[in-house]
Amino acid sequence: MNLLGKLTWAAIPIDSPLPIISSLVVGTAIVGVLGWVVVKGYFPYVWREWLTSVDHKRVGVMYCLLALVMLLRGFTDAVMMRTQQALAFRSDGYLPPEHYNQVFSSHGTIMIFFVAMPFVIGLMNFVVPLQLGIRDVAFPTLNSVGFWLTATGALLVNISLVVGEFARTGWLPYPPLSELAYSPGVGVDYYLWALQISGVGTLLTGINLVTTILKTRAPGMSLLRMPMFCWTSLASNLLIVAAFPVLTATLAMLTLDRYLGFHFFTNDAGGNVMMFMNLIWAWGHPEVYILILPAFGIFSEVIATFSSKPLFGYRSMVLATMAICVLAFMVWLHHFFTMGAGADVNAFFGIMTTIIAVPTGVKVFNWLFTMYGGRIRYEPPVLWAIGFIITFVIGGMTGVLLALPPVDFLLHNSLFLVAHFHNVIIGGVLFGVFAGYTYWFPKAFGFRLHSGLGKAAFWFWLVGFYVAFMPLYVLGLLGMTRRMQHYDVAAWRPWLLVAAGGAALILVGIVLLIVQLVVSIRRREELRDVDGDPWNGRTLEWATPSPPPVYNFAVLPEVSGDDAYWTTKQSARDAHPPAYGPIELPRNSPTGIVCAFFATVMGFALIWHIWWMVVVGFFGAWATFVVFAWRDQVDDILGADEVERIDRDAHRGTRAPALAGAAA
Amino acid sequence: MDRPCLPVDSSHLLRAGRRLMLFAPVVLTACSGGVLDPRGPVGHDEVQIMGDALAIMLAVVVPVILMTAAFAWWFRASNTRAKYLPDWSHSGQIELVVWFIPLLVILLLSGVIWTGSHTLDPAQPLRSKAAPLEVQVVSLDWKWLFIYPAQGIASVNSVVVPAGTPVHFSLTSASVMSAFFVPQLGSMIYTMNGMTTQLNLAADRPGTYPGRSSHYNGEGFSDMHFALTALPPAGFAAWVAAARAGPTLDAARYQQLERQSVNVRPATYGSVAPRLFDAIVTQRLAPAPGPQLATAATVQPRIPRTK
Amino acid sequence: MSLAAATADDPNALGHQPDADAGGVANQRIIVGYGFWIFLVSDIVMFAAFFAAYAVLSDATAGGPAGRQLFDLKTTAIETACLLLSSFTCGLATIAAHVERRGWFQAAMAATFVLGATFIGLEVHELAGLVAGGNGPQRSGFLSAFFALVGCHGLHVTLGLLWLSTMMAQVVAKGFRDDILRRILCFSLFWHALDIIWVALFTVVYLIGSIT
Repeated sequence: MNLLGKLTWAAIPIDSPLPIISSLVVGTAIVGVLGWVVVKGYFPYVWREWLTSVDHKRVGVMYCLLALVMLLRGFTDAVMMRTQQALAFRSDGYLPPEHYNQVFSSHGTIMIFFVAMPFVIGLMNFVVPLQLGIRDVAFPTLNSVGFWLTATGALLVNISLVVGEFARTGWLPYPPLSELAYSPGVGVDYYLWALQISGVGTLLTGINLVTTILKTRAPGMSLLRMPMFCWTSLASNLLIVAAFPVLTATLAMLTLDRYLGFHFFTNDAGGNVMMFMNLIWAWGHPEVYILILPAFGIFSEVIATFSSKPLFGYRSMVLATMAICVLAFMVWLHHFFTMGAGADVNAFFGIMTTIIAVPTGVKVFNWLFTMYGGRIRYEPPVLWAIGFIITFVIGGMTGVLLALPPVDFLLHNSLFLVAHFHNVIIGGVLFGVFAGYTYWFPKAFGFRLHSGLGKAAFWFWLVGFYVAFMPLYVLGLLGMTRRMQHYDVAAWRPWLLVAAGGAALILVGIVLLIVQLVVSIRRREELRDVDGDPWNGRTLEWATPSPPPVYNFAVLPEVSGDDAYWTTKQSARDAHPPAYGPIELPRNSPTGIVCAFFATVMGFALIWHIWWMVVVGFFGAWATFVVFAWRDQVDDILGADEVERIDRDAHRGTRAPALAGAAA
Repeated sequence: MDRPCLPVDSSHLLRAGRRLMLFAPVVLTACSGGVLDPRGPVGHDEVQIMGDALAIMLAVVVPVILMTAAFAWWFRASNTRAKYLPDWSHSGQIELVVWFIPLLVILLLSGVIWTGSHTLDPAQPLRSKAAPLEVQVVSLDWKWLFIYPAQGIASVNSVVVPAGTPVHFSLTSASVMSAFFVPQLGSMIYTMNGMTTQLNLAADRPGTYPGRSSHYNGEGFSDMHFALTALPPAGFAAWVAAARAGPTLDAARYQQLERQSVNVRPATYGSVAPRLFDAIVTQRLAPAPGPQLATAATVQPRIPRTK
Repeated sequence: MSLAAATADDPNALGHQPDADAGGVANQRIIVGYGFWIFLVSDIVMFAAFFAAYAVLSDATAGGPAGRQLFDLKTTAIETACLLLSSFTCGLATIAAHVERRGWFQAAMAATFVLGATFIGLEVHELAGLVAGGNGPQRSGFLSAFFALVGCHGLHVTLGLLWLSTMMAQVVAKGFRDDILRRILCFSLFWHALDIIWVALFTVVYLIGSIT
């Protein structure tokens, strides 16, 4: 038996310089940052306060950081695709098919699983406990494990750049193309194990947040007093719990086909490819709502806060959210109307799909009436929100068009479809997380992000989006299919050139976001959020100092109405001196990062068939949990006088005048 | 954006015979070949439905976009003339209306979906006095095989049909999933190994219409296109007669053909092994092989490209 | 402060007393149990996907044998009995943990282990027999779905055995600490859930498969 399985020197793609150079750059950057941290003596701090932290705020921030880093990777792929298609008119461009096919596969995989998911989950992690008025999520250590497993998945995808290859099958590996017979390389295996491992992390988060929201709310925080973001988070995490196991099972079946010669989706011996499409989309469509629902929640918070008004039609919004949550499971077949399932089936799923437009439409109208009669303050978050409404309405409309089976027969798999889902994912999810990022940044770090640069980034993103994706609608109507490495239709070329220009504008938007971050860090003193409530917020997270102390609330709030913090500010009841008590805090634990280390080892070993290493990885992970279970001290106790000291230092002194002002 | 594709001079085609298919790619790059330029009843009806649905939705979407802009502008904080309703968060009437507007739109669209799905179901035969032409389609890595069971001929990467006559396609795949699509004629449909899908299309007038695989299927995907040529009935008969002179497509030649290759030149076969299509669908002819590997390779090899 | 009074009545507020000693332990038990239930729901959804695949592929025998030619109801009946009995002994272990009787706990857990291991042994024997007879998962789509479904359950039981022995060791080392009691609760939920899944599997795969 070979000690290294299938791994040989041939796995390093020496002949294609692009991935080697880019991974060298990334590798150097990582080593550089690590080296800097160690040399400067920051490592103990980073290890203690971040890498092993089980504080939901820290975990949330790390999720968002992972998402931002992976956004750069995914966007690099996007730029490569746009430039390739702009160049490849009657020529091969600069990316040969075997490379181009990996690029679009990894673009989709990264953007969905390692940008959108971690960003949304990170924001939920950070915000939900604060909005519920509690000190942490239900299972803090599990939370940390979930994050590190997601990071493991991201790491495996990036390793595939240098060692071996990534899938060439698209972001959903449709069999039989993804079966061993047609994809004998390790690319699909990288895909499978990266998603399988990060999927476990996502599932853990889903379980954690559902339990947190349903079982651990501040006294008085009844379900119908929860902020809208908590409702959409609940819906999203219920979808995670119900949908991700289907993904796990489906990928497991494909894995069995590839590794052990099973016949779930093979051409021969009774395999059934149509089953893969049904199963993967039974997860895939709910996944869309897993991403968009929290974004809806962010917009609800942002629009209400910056309009200085409560959210309009709160109960309608709750109803609409839960309706979307249920309907999400009844529409999966619209992803393959062109399979020839028959008129009745197509019509049923077409109608179910359009029905989702009803609760979504209600939400749009309710946001409009939240703005009505408001005093809208134009900070970057609200710009993202308004840009979202207009963009998303267009994306929703083209989505309903595609839900009509006769129209889908013309536009399925075309660039029209690509334009549609970028329209809702960029215009919906990405604008949403950027709104949330600017909105909650001061809460997380104690200073605001530079407003002017934020606005500039918004405009470049918005215009860049339209310039990049409106041409794709036209190209779809011109009959251009997605994923083409080259083409010879002259009429397509000008539109592809315009789309490449749009990608350049988006690049400027991304650079501006980075510049905004750097400038804001340098000017943090003038952007300091002194009273913890920079936007005149309405929900409980703004009742804490910025950044919130590790325990969030020195005394747990008692909720007595909707818009909990707004009500409090109006009555200024908080002005009474609180009765401090000791606080139990979950101890930090390296369980997550150590477990992820072994998961990475195991995933890599599985991809390369290094069986002894698989065993090492599995028992390493198991031993990590045993060590965790064996520890004697689970919590640290923060004494009442310590709590009082921290609280008075951070909080009361600065916020008292603000409270008095609000009351007056 | 949609320059009309000029109908090709049919008398020239008659004479040119098989040379036409070599010429076709040049013609089709000159026209857009988009779905908004339909040249058959199916595409025409589908574009019609698209337009109707778009009109119905724009009736709501445009006002919503205008309202968004108007509210956002008027209720800006600096506008002191705008009224401020700091506690207004609920109105039964407005909420009733906002639930009913999308509901009505969807009710209307549901009707369109139900009737449209049935009349334009790909398996639904087209209404016509003429009997449909039967064509069997096999997607191969990465080319298209068209078998004419009644005529006993076959062609690769080019399909010729009589204009004005409905065509009934039965489709399967020799290997991975693909999709058959002629944008100007309408509906696309998947092709899958071991299964047959049905598609009914017709071309109104003579002409050459570009077709391609509209489902990604591996390395040769971008080159997997074909030309659909509609000829006047007499021209079609002449084409069939000319094609009969070609070689025979038997199981051995088929197995040669099904190996992975790109940019295969259009060709015709004068006769076809009986029930070849059924043999592929029932897998009596085994699914086509994937890339041929040296042992223990871990990175998928490049397919040699002929251009 | 009215907080304690409010939390006592409001099930939504469990686990939120600011004081460390105000009955937080029982509340933590509810939270952990609730979270684990949600995990079990997700696990059952995953099994549902494998059941669905089995239903789709149950006729895809590709010329190979169908269920009734392969299944030996006698062995599976013994397997079922083992698993059901192990659920009972697992229940005994939970009760023993509740009243903090170490000896009874270890005995009941050991019995559960033996019964579970017997189940796994019989299952492996059955599957190995199929493979040896040329009817492994590579034979047909039906056998793939069968091996995956049964194997997935078997894998769960095996991991359950690993967990079970870890719990036994932990009680020896640490006694009935609160967090350990919570883990015992989760383990017993897990074990019973596997039992329920097996009942469904036995019915759908073996009983119905033997008739049709």
